[in-house]
Amino acid sequence: MQSIPLEYYLALSGVLFSIGAIGVLTRRNAIIIFMCIELMLNSVNLTLVAFSSFLGNSAGQIFVFFVMTVAAAEAAIGLAIILALFRNKQTVYVDEVNLMRW
Amino acid sequence: MSLVSGAFFVFAVCAVASALVMVTRKSPVASAVGLITHFFCLSGLYLTLQAQLLAALQILVYAGAIMVLVTFVIMLLNLGEEEKLAQKLNVRNIVGIVMAGLLGVQIIAFLIMQRGELTQLSPNAEVIGSVNELGRVLFTDYLFPFEAVSLLLLAAVVGSVVLAKRNLES
Repeated sequence: MQSIPLEYYLALSGVLFSIGAIGVLTRRNAIIIFMCIELMLNSVNLTLVAFSSFLGNSAGQIFVFFVMTVAAAEAAIGLAIILALFRNKQTVYVDEVNLMRW
Repeated sequence: MSLVSGAFFVFAVCAVASALVMVTRKSPVASAVGLITHFFCLSGLYLTLQAQLLAALQILVYAGAIMVLVTFVIMLLNLGEEEKLAQKLNVRNIVGIVMAGLLGVQIIAFLIMQRGELTQLSPNAEVIGSVNELGRVLFTDYLFPFEAVSLLLLAAVVGSVVLAKRNLES
């Protein structure tokens, strides 16, 4: 069966990771930064699944399972932090939150 | 071109396009919809890798649970639109785009230099992606991490309740 080489999946994953990094570095809205972090986590997941399927080893897919769990926990905590931030400062733009800036 | 190759290219283009939509839109709701589309494309990519359980979990956990939470918070905060990325190209944004672009170029260049021999899926890829096999491995070899993750989830539940309370004294 003719199939896609592993490098294509890795290159796609690298491109998606870079797009996520651009989002984290340039956007100001904390919720969008949070979503960009999810995007980067997912691109790494794609790498793990690709290696797992190409090497015939299930460890990669188990790791993806754990990454999904940690991402769910991160979503709950991160959004609670954003809500608390909005309640105290009335903003979610990260450059307006400069209480700890030196 | 086989069906799997065609599906890969369709889902790959769709995934990159929806990721770009997510990063560039100024409305948070548009970004969230882009990210949901992205998760569906990734689920399709997992299917081309014969990881059926993860494809289902991707939609259930990410597109279902996490993005519902994110859109809920967006609606709760009733956010206006951020200034668009292109309209405010200050030094910080340019440096950020250049750094992340360099990161991407580095990854691609590394891949081009390393020529791998892995051009076929492993013959037992279909077996290891199944619910049966992943469940067996998860509850035997990875039992301790599985239990540790349940503690992590408990800590996250307690932490989010504490953070979401208005004041702790009352």
